[in-house]
Amino acid sequence: MNTTSTRLSTTSWLVGLALLVFALAIVSLNVGASRMNLLHLFTQPDDRITQLLFVSRWPRTLALVLAGASLAVAGLLLQMMARNRLVDPSMMGTADAAALGVLFCAIAAPGMALWLKFGVAALCAAGGTLLFLAVLERIPLRSALIVPLVGLVLAGVIHAGSSLLAYQFELAQALRSWNSGDFSAILRGRYELLWVAAGITVLAMLLADRFTVIGMGKDFATNVGVNYRWLIALGVLLVSMVVASVVVIAGALPFIGLIVPNLIRRITGDHLRHAIPLVALGGAVLMLVADLLARVLIHPYEIPSANILAISGCLVFLVILIRGRKQWA
Amino acid sequence: MIEARGLSKKYQDTLVVEDVSLQIPKGGLTSIIGPNGAGKSTLLSMISRLTPMSVGTVEIDGFDVTRTSGPELARRLSILRQHNESSLRLTVRDLVAFGRFPHSGGRLTTEDQKHIDEAIQYLELEEYQQRHLDELSGGQRQRAYVAMVMCQDTEYVLLDEPLNNIDMRHAVGMMQLLRRAADEKGKTVVVVLHDINFASCYSDHIIAMRRGQLAYQGMPEQIIRNEVLTDLYDIPTSVHELNGQRICTYFR
Repeated sequence: MNTTSTRLSTTSWLVGLALLVFALAIVSLNVGASRMNLLHLFTQPDDRITQLLFVSRWPRTLALVLAGASLAVAGLLLQMMARNRLVDPSMMGTADAAALGVLFCAIAAPGMALWLKFGVAALCAAGGTLLFLAVLERIPLRSALIVPLVGLVLAGVIHAGSSLLAYQFELAQALRSWNSGDFSAILRGRYELLWVAAGITVLAMLLADRFTVIGMGKDFATNVGVNYRWLIALGVLLVSMVVASVVVIAGALPFIGLIVPNLIRRITGDHLRHAIPLVALGGAVLMLVADLLARVLIHPYEIPSANILAISGCLVFLVILIRGRKQWA
Repeated sequence: MIEARGLSKKYQDTLVVEDVSLQIPKGGLTSIIGPNGAGKSTLLSMISRLTPMSVGTVEIDGFDVTRTSGPELARRLSILRQHNESSLRLTVRDLVAFGRFPHSGGRLTTEDQKHIDEAIQYLELEEYQQRHLDELSGGQRQRAYVAMVMCQDTEYVLLDEPLNNIDMRHAVGMMQLLRRAADEKGKTVVVVLHDINFASCYSDHIIAMRRGQLAYQGMPEQIIRNEVLTDLYDIPTSVHELNGQRICTYFR
């Protein structure tokens, strides 16, 4: 295999996935509780259709793409920082801490502005992520499987704490909705925060080399003059902001950050410069598909897309565990 | 010149390196030898700012390693540690390219590409350059890491046991290459070595450590001697002069 053929295959994947995102987005725009066909926009335009399209359908589809892409890239960044491929922000405390943050807001000031809620959630998410990384640093024997287990335990503790708190304030149901994301309530004016996540994804692309160096470990990073601690701090902040924005807008979405990077690395390897664009597109594809299934399976009702992700994610995760034994060990 | 003054490293109650002061002159190849647990690797990683010292200072050409900025230092000194089992799937070429990071921050210029090609050629990795690291043998991977350090093109090159995992032919090749880097490119090479005879045959200067302290230092003729080595390793040795090389046997 030479450079050109590797590049060619990456490029064709890039084009293929981009087309797939586009196609799925068109389908996503056409599916919903009320009948609408994009073609009607041209053949028999009326106010009802344009309303529906621009207030509900288009924001939802856009939100899916932004959330899916940014969560997948956030997962990839976290895997570099934890130097382990089996971690995901939704599995090791980041998302649970973000939900806890939203819970704090609901208790302290119920009508809080969205961006303030986002700020609190992002701070809590950063705390959860730092806790995870700090615990990891203190574990001497870091086998590949210990790392996600530690994360699951931490997430469980945070989750239990928030549940307890939520019951005290009769917010258990609300907490459940933050913990299991769905896009049914997305309307114009209720998703724009996700542009922050999209901006972070672009930033991650610009910092791709640095985060690859981080993935090679502290000594490697220090040798090439990269400030390890500073970049870890920055990475924690970026991942936390992505997760918090998604939790505030839609609720937590499991497994995207785990599955997509693990599938894409088979094509591109681990250099983030090659991986990030494909991971972002892959995340958008997975999110669009999950949401489509969530909408059509029990039409005209909806299942939270988080449930679809959880079920399919578990299966893919198992396959990765069983088949990839050599690669993650 | 590398100058260490009063270097110590303490982990909890154990002193791993104790009050080491030494100077490594510019140019040439310096080997650090000594029994297991003598503190060789710790010394090397303190010199290269990978491990913070408990007490003492290290200066590289007058730059204090704990105060100089990361990229600045990375253009003067490169370090390769003993264990490089990264689990990342990178191609050899991508890995080597990271050696240019301190120089161009990831935006590779044609000048950088030249350095990368050169380093790959130098380590005879041309046919593997598009392979992923996990598809290589231990020795090939070791050479890929050394190529990266060469590509970094620093005045000082520090390597912790670069002969680990590689067979005789490649060990000799590696030492010849380091020798050439010192002779032809004027680099200052510092290596931790376990094989006393490689140290004897290739070094200009040998530093011997024992129990965290500097035990001996000098030219190979001064260190590769029965009384020194027997004392250092605590086993009987016998040094022979063969074809102008001082060879130490200690096997039975």
